[in-house]
Amino acid sequence: MSRTEFMQGNAACAEGALAAGCRFFGGYPITPSTEIAETMARRLPKAGGVFISMEDELASIAAVIGAAWTGARAMTATSGPGFSLMMENIGYAAMTETPCVVVNIQRGGPSTGQPTRAAQGDMLQCRFGSHGDYSTIALTPNSVQEMFDLTVKAFDLADRFRVPTFLMSDEIVGHMRERVTIPDAVEVERPRPLAEGSLPFEAGDDGVPGFAPFGSGRAVHVTGLTHDERGYPDTTDPEAHDKLVRRLVAKIESARRDIADYEVVNPDAETVFVTYGPPSRTVEQVMRDRPDDSIGHLRLRVVWPFPEFALKVFPNARTFLMPELNMGQMVREVQRHVDQPVISIPKIGGELHTPAELVRVLEVYR
Amino acid sequence: MIAPDWFREDRLPHIYCTGCGNGTIINCTLAAVEEMGWKRDETVFVSGIGCSSRAPGYILTDSLHTTHGRALAFATGVKMARPDLHVVVFTGDGDLAAIGGNHFIHACRRNVDMTVICMNNHIYGMTGGQGSPTTPPGAISSTTPYGASEPAFDLAELAVAAGANYVARWTSYHVKELTKAVAAGMQTPGLSFIEARTQCPTNYGRHNKLRTVPAMIEHLRSHAILVAKRDRLVAEGKPIPEGTFTVGELVRRNRPAMGVQR
Repeated sequence: MSRTEFMQGNAACAEGALAAGCRFFGGYPITPSTEIAETMARRLPKAGGVFISMEDELASIAAVIGAAWTGARAMTATSGPGFSLMMENIGYAAMTETPCVVVNIQRGGPSTGQPTRAAQGDMLQCRFGSHGDYSTIALTPNSVQEMFDLTVKAFDLADRFRVPTFLMSDEIVGHMRERVTIPDAVEVERPRPLAEGSLPFEAGDDGVPGFAPFGSGRAVHVTGLTHDERGYPDTTDPEAHDKLVRRLVAKIESARRDIADYEVVNPDAETVFVTYGPPSRTVEQVMRDRPDDSIGHLRLRVVWPFPEFALKVFPNARTFLMPELNMGQMVREVQRHVDQPVISIPKIGGELHTPAELVRVLEVYR
Repeated sequence: MIAPDWFREDRLPHIYCTGCGNGTIINCTLAAVEEMGWKRDETVFVSGIGCSSRAPGYILTDSLHTTHGRALAFATGVKMARPDLHVVVFTGDGDLAAIGGNHFIHACRRNVDMTVICMNNHIYGMTGGQGSPTTPPGAISSTTPYGASEPAFDLAELAVAAGANYVARWTSYHVKELTKAVAAGMQTPGLSFIEARTQCPTNYGRHNKLRTVPAMIEHLRSHAILVAKRDRLVAEGKPIPEGTFTVGELVRRNRPAMGVQR
């Protein structure tokens, strides 16, 4: 059974988190993400969870990580400037392999920029924003339904890979209202428990260690310092650092095919739109308006780790067109994986590309 | 009174300098924990970054060594998600009062049920002796080569003003009193803040005419005045001796607290 409702994207995100079993939310109000916190403040206590409005974003993600180490599914939601403030502890979560979910309802930047306008300007920040080398997972919903579905999925991926996982949405999807189908229950995948006799940071075959949350009697020492498999600091041995950081990156990058989630339309096409998030809605409109097999569409629901193999689904592609609500961020990632020309169609200012704008570019390159 | 069961023996020896007071404060804390009868599996130690913050790594419980200044925010998440766990935070003056100042006052305001022990050595010890918000005016450090020119924070008074339910201050000289204060804090629902002033012979004492460890400890002893004595001096209209600081229990109250197990 399920129920169908007409709701806002941010509300659907909160509903997805609740359905996934999120029981801790620490946050700080920021437009345009605030409705997620407001919904959680109303709903979490009744679901037996904890909502806490922290003093800032640094504290929000810190509290989320602390809660996650007790075994709770935990998340925070923010927008660009708050996301920047979280970066230090996002690196900590990556280093300590803490499963948690961070929702970024992107707005126009840099700085306080355009609080009530949409953008996709944090796509590289969510991959490279913290210091050092690491890898993360980022999902990009394009509808209110996907705000629900991908939030649930973000928790599963965070737990499975023990990594901070991002829902990289934006003001358009966060604030739009659409019909959503909400199942009565969703299946969830929790972290693999730490096996008896295993060390707390000893990875299994998939590169992911078992998880022993606080209070389970395993006396786990968690540190952001370079550490060995016992979790003990080992900060001056080049090999220890190399081994740890390579594993943290490899556990995500080697699972790219597993994590990938994308949609393909017209794989035989010669001109292919590559999108993520709401620009895909404009491309869908263009393709509805002009049924034409020579136009293809690759829509990414997971952008990090980047699924470069998805580009090979279009063997006849002569040109890739990439509309983004930034000055060209993910287009760089596409360019480095294909030989064909990749045309960036950037748009900033807070509004979606119109179908006519995309058609004009299409006319030039097909 | 040392609690050997609580030490991660495979992590010893520790990294603290000879003569450092942090070991004393860890011992006092573990003695208080034993007095409380807490179980290792139900106790979590949390810290930020700095000399003091390495302490949880030597204790055989679940422990979270976090980012600089953020320990109280992490600890809030732990305690709010699992109120049945006992949460103890070790922090230092730089960690707590400078980068962590905002988290400090808000944790006190929320009165989250945990015990916070600040090893205040008046200096950034781990990075090599730079001036901190508690470096006394006039003191020499690597970033105050002409003497610290800023007023120092009184961390205990700050915790009282911000709303913590239990606040006390002692020093590494007062081991019995400190142990009792930590235990009293652990018994008090809400946030307990215990400031433990301690010696840093390596990076503070040798630049400030306190070259030996005994000299530093004697300085702590001789400059500490009991709260009761201070109050008497104030009542009598007499001046409080310059350079002294109060020790003792500054507040024990029962304001509404968060994360208290029901």
